[in-house]
Amino acid sequence: MTLEAKQVSFSMHDQRILHEVSIRIKEKQFVGLIGPNGSGKSTLLKNMYRLLKPESGTVLLDEKDILKQSSKSIAKNLAVVSQETPVLFDFQVRDLVSMGRTPHKKLFELDHEDDFKIVREALFQTGIDHLETRSFSSLSGGEKKRVMVARALAQQAQVIILDEPTNHLDIQHQLQLMDLIQTLHLTVVAALHDLNIAAMYCDYIYVLQQGRIVCHGTPEEVLTPALLREVFGVYADIQIHHLTGKPYLTYVSEQFTKKALKEPSI
Amino acid sequence: MNKQTVLPNKKFILLSMLLLLLLIISITFAIMIGSVSITPLYVWKVIFSKIPFFQNWIEQDWSRSQEIIIWQIRVPRVLLAAIVGGGLAIAGAAIQALVRNSIADPYILGVSSGATVGATAVIILGAFSFFGIYALSISAFLGSLIAIVLVFFLSRVGGRISIFRLLLAGMAVSFILSATSNFILMMSKQEGGMKAVMYWMLGSLAGAKWSNLLIPMVIFVIVFVLLWLHYRNLNLLLLGEEAAVTLGVNLQQFRIQLVLLVSLLTGVLVAVSGAIGFVGLIIPHIVRLIVGSNYKYVIPISALLGAIFLVWADALARILIAPEEMPIGIITAFCGGPFFIWLLRRNNYSFGEGD
Repeated sequence: MTLEAKQVSFSMHDQRILHEVSIRIKEKQFVGLIGPNGSGKSTLLKNMYRLLKPESGTVLLDEKDILKQSSKSIAKNLAVVSQETPVLFDFQVRDLVSMGRTPHKKLFELDHEDDFKIVREALFQTGIDHLETRSFSSLSGGEKKRVMVARALAQQAQVIILDEPTNHLDIQHQLQLMDLIQTLHLTVVAALHDLNIAAMYCDYIYVLQQGRIVCHGTPEEVLTPALLREVFGVYADIQIHHLTGKPYLTYVSEQFTKKALKEPSI
Repeated sequence: MNKQTVLPNKKFILLSMLLLLLLIISITFAIMIGSVSITPLYVWKVIFSKIPFFQNWIEQDWSRSQEIIIWQIRVPRVLLAAIVGGGLAIAGAAIQALVRNSIADPYILGVSSGATVGATAVIILGAFSFFGIYALSISAFLGSLIAIVLVFFLSRVGGRISIFRLLLAGMAVSFILSATSNFILMMSKQEGGMKAVMYWMLGSLAGAKWSNLLIPMVIFVIVFVLLWLHYRNLNLLLLGEEAAVTLGVNLQQFRIQLVLLVSLLTGVLVAVSGAIGFVGLIIPHIVRLIVGSNYKYVIPISALLGAIFLVWADALARILIAPEEMPIGIITAFCGGPFFIWLLRRNNYSFGEGD
């Protein structure tokens, strides 16, 4: 199943946030969305999962306009792990993950043994099966994030949108989570702020700057010192890592780069 | 594929059974208590003698006056207490999900102040006298209906309900309607009328009769079933708009349905019992303390616990200063207030604030 944004524009408070942005995620492709803060990554994703409505342009899920499908049928095919997880009141982890089954349920339908199996499987995959009966508010930020991922998995969608999924996670769980998502072989689009993670996992990367796609391609094509300087305003040393075979970035702060630039002249 | 339906967990079934048993015991006790005390055996003998199939098996060995006390006076009153208690508790639980705020109660939409205007108009001004003995209930219901319609339309922005506006509109409409009933009271010269209005505002189940039990019972059952069936959506309301959208649920439509359902139930209950406070606020809190926030459990347990609570509150109202009756609102507030303070002092209970 594919997901595509076609010339999507969006404004908020009379301010253009997205300028005719087009991105395409092919079947089972892992696509990264990178860009500095405020470049419109989250806004683009929100337009793609119908929380916001594009001012112009269309979003296609499985080549069909998402605004012309019922929200329920979209939810069966498209799961979202959003950035915010504001849960008021208190739910058990198991209850929250079970909510991922909602789009598969008719109004008066009870949970089946299958649903429980799917929920348990999602808890297991995200490594939080031991937290099943814990209350959500007692969890750490990283554990909460994994609950949200488990809920998306319980939805059993073919396409998954992730908005900064590795936020709040420690290194081990960042890698575990990204590994898990990669092994699921789904169509994935993820806004990522860690460029090394993006380089390691993405098949394809789109770079957003001030609401426009400024560059796209494979990690090797996109992640260049010139682009990082221009878009992110940082100097980076980029090498191909000998274990991953992927680009590996080392950011170099200004004081070192100045020194480095000065030294040869001395 | 294993499509076998999974029963709710054992703890929940056990708890519901326990509460149901407690409710039956409470009802029995509440029927026994009063100026004429009655043994539990007679309570159930009389009740079963009224049920078509069982009546042939029961030998009639009680007096006519005992039968009247049990069947015509106490049974409808205790049943009404159970329905009002259960109804206010589920209405409160639903409203708290709707506004995502745990300090909300069923009266936050202006229902009770609307009903009070209607009741005051009947008691002081003698309005709607052509409705006879039902004038009070009917005009109280009309009053709450007017309040709901006002609040509902004030809170709609472009076909959507804004929760913030809903709360503010509820407050504004309540202010105006309370001012109206206070104005009627101030201008009235009748001392008795003022006391009657005060009694009404504090709530009482003294008006219970079989004839005015039917409508609240039917509405309660309908609203209860609908709320329970919609437990997934109620949970999603707590989770917020974003989660609901990504799970394929249109909350806007559901919010409108919910406002209408809860208002209808609250309006009907207030019309027969006055504005009994605290039940709709505290019962959902106690229930969340026991079973958590999942509305699959919150709705049925709230109904049971609310019913038990109000049956006892009404029994106390009848006997505390017998032969006079205490307004039930005083009792619910006296029981509810300290409990709420205790809840406030517990630091491991989040009032829905998250963290």
